[in-house]
Amino acid sequence: MTQEKNPAFVRFQGIEKRYGKVVAVKKMDLEIPEGALVTLLGPSGCGKTTLLRMLAGLETPTGGDIFIKGKRINDTPIHKRNLGMIFQNYALFPHKSIFDNVAFGLKYRAVPKSEIKDKVEKALETVRLPGVGNRNPSQLSGGQQQRIALARAIVIEPDVLLMDEPLSALDENLREDMRREIDNLQAELGVTTIFVTHDQREALSMSDKVVVMKDGLVQQEGTPEEVYNNSANHFVADFLGHSNFLSAVVEEKHNDVLKVRLDDKSSCLVSPVGNFEKGDKAEIVIRAQKMKLGYQDEHSPEEDMNFFHGTIVDRSYMGGEVSYFVELPGKQVLHVINFVKRSPYRRGDDVYVKVDPFHCRLLQS
Amino acid sequence: MKKFISGWSLIKLYTLLIYVWMFTPIVAVVILAFNPQQFGTFPMEGFSFKWFVKLSRNATILDAFKNSLVLGGFTAVFSTAIGVPAAMAFIRYDFKGKDFLNTLLIAPIMIPEVVLGVALLLFIRWLQQPKSFALLLIGHVVLTLPYVLLIVQARLVGIKKEYEEAALSLGASPFQTFKEITFPLLAPAIFAGMLFSFTISFDDVTATLFWATAQNQTVPVKIFGMLRNSISPEINALGAVMIVLTVSIPLAAGYVTRRFARGSK
Repeated sequence: MTQEKNPAFVRFQGIEKRYGKVVAVKKMDLEIPEGALVTLLGPSGCGKTTLLRMLAGLETPTGGDIFIKGKRINDTPIHKRNLGMIFQNYALFPHKSIFDNVAFGLKYRAVPKSEIKDKVEKALETVRLPGVGNRNPSQLSGGQQQRIALARAIVIEPDVLLMDEPLSALDENLREDMRREIDNLQAELGVTTIFVTHDQREALSMSDKVVVMKDGLVQQEGTPEEVYNNSANHFVADFLGHSNFLSAVVEEKHNDVLKVRLDDKSSCLVSPVGNFEKGDKAEIVIRAQKMKLGYQDEHSPEEDMNFFHGTIVDRSYMGGEVSYFVELPGKQVLHVINFVKRSPYRRGDDVYVKVDPFHCRLLQS
Repeated sequence: MKKFISGWSLIKLYTLLIYVWMFTPIVAVVILAFNPQQFGTFPMEGFSFKWFVKLSRNATILDAFKNSLVLGGFTAVFSTAIGVPAAMAFIRYDFKGKDFLNTLLIAPIMIPEVVLGVALLLFIRWLQQPKSFALLLIGHVVLTLPYVLLIVQARLVGIKKEYEEAALSLGASPFQTFKEITFPLLAPAIFAGMLFSFTISFDDVTATLFWATAQNQTVPVKIFGMLRNSISPEINALGAVMIVLTVSIPLAAGYVTRRFARGSK
């Protein structure tokens, strides 16, 4: 029997946190669905960690309410909230063995001694580190320590798993592995998980839902595809991936495509996000990866495509792809990322930039 | 080309001389403690434990010794009992007047002991209370509290707050968290603080001279008294015992602390 998943397993209602005059989280509403992996994404100081710590009970909100499974938990002390917490620096107890670390949470739950051993061993197997129970935390590598921290948090079968930048202390290659591992583990256990990060790749690759935050407010929430492809505003578009911004004025309205005029008087077809009227000032967002380059003499015009002409002023080779900077006649510089076909374009080459109007999103500026 | 006298070797020589200057009197006391003659002569004529034996039969000295041990012990316990929670408050919590309060508690380190001695004495007179063991104990706690505070605070800064937060999130109550996490990680510092308190209390003369009554004289105060009458070789023996105690206890403590610390980091 599959039970109906609760869409508001965790609910923040008008939650607010002030430190004196500084507002870290501003009257925020947010719902976390049951069993989902939700990332809170944003630059440092955006309030994401504060929000997580309020849910954990490590910070007291100065306003609003927090509900888990419909129950208000504002006044429930942290040790009675049944949440698993993962920290950036692992926070394994240095004076306890791995076994005692993982068994720690079980001691405070009515778990018989005999079962503790089984549960700890099973948790260690889940994180693929069986048989390390007798070792000390300092004998393990960073990645292994973080897996033990994960085992310690899941062994208590928490209602919600909270992760505060858990991969930031690991080196690049290991981070990728751990990311997939956490993702798989979360899917396997089906535990509702809130993951705080400032790394957009982490957020996009593993989340069911991404919550982009800035200045203590939610900027946009949605699936990774939604926030990436349909960024709601300049900040989100800029924070996720490499975006180009061009200011424009609405010239003509068609059904789902608008014709706008750019600063250099050229016109461009765009897909609007929201409602626009003729004469409105707006901003076009184009992802660096969505544009295609070609030599100007190979140019074959296509009716429903946008074309810009320019000169390559800079490029950086990144192995599989190349990052080009193309200067347009109006002095704006477009950042274009293309796969390398035969040989990369060189500095000084005259090129055209082709982009589908579908990938030119018009935002209110 | 190699110079014979470099700046570095001069510094070494200078350091050596300072050590000689500092430790010769101490070594002399220990050596003379084994001199059988009434008056110190050099070179020594023979070797004997006679002054130690005499010392062990001196009831007033033994009394003073007992006083010192009891006082030192209580001082260590009270200083850590007050100092550890205070250090935790200073490091883990934010409250108004925190810096001021912290400075106030550390201040006795900087205030001359004579001033402290007289001040506490005047205070007790103002309260119209007689001098007592309690007064002596309070005084010694004031003297030793800064050391406990400084040692425990330094260690607390090194214990990441996340350890405690992790324990709390796993279901341990604040008290259980202290018992299971904070205290064991803090233990070496608490132990070191206790030993510091004990040694300082055991060694103190200046302030204790003001506070001690005839009944609860400590060993240093007793030695001071004996010196006024005569210079008995017994004092050398007593001095030797004091030196051994005050040097060996911290050394032993250091060893134990290191063994503790190895397990925890």
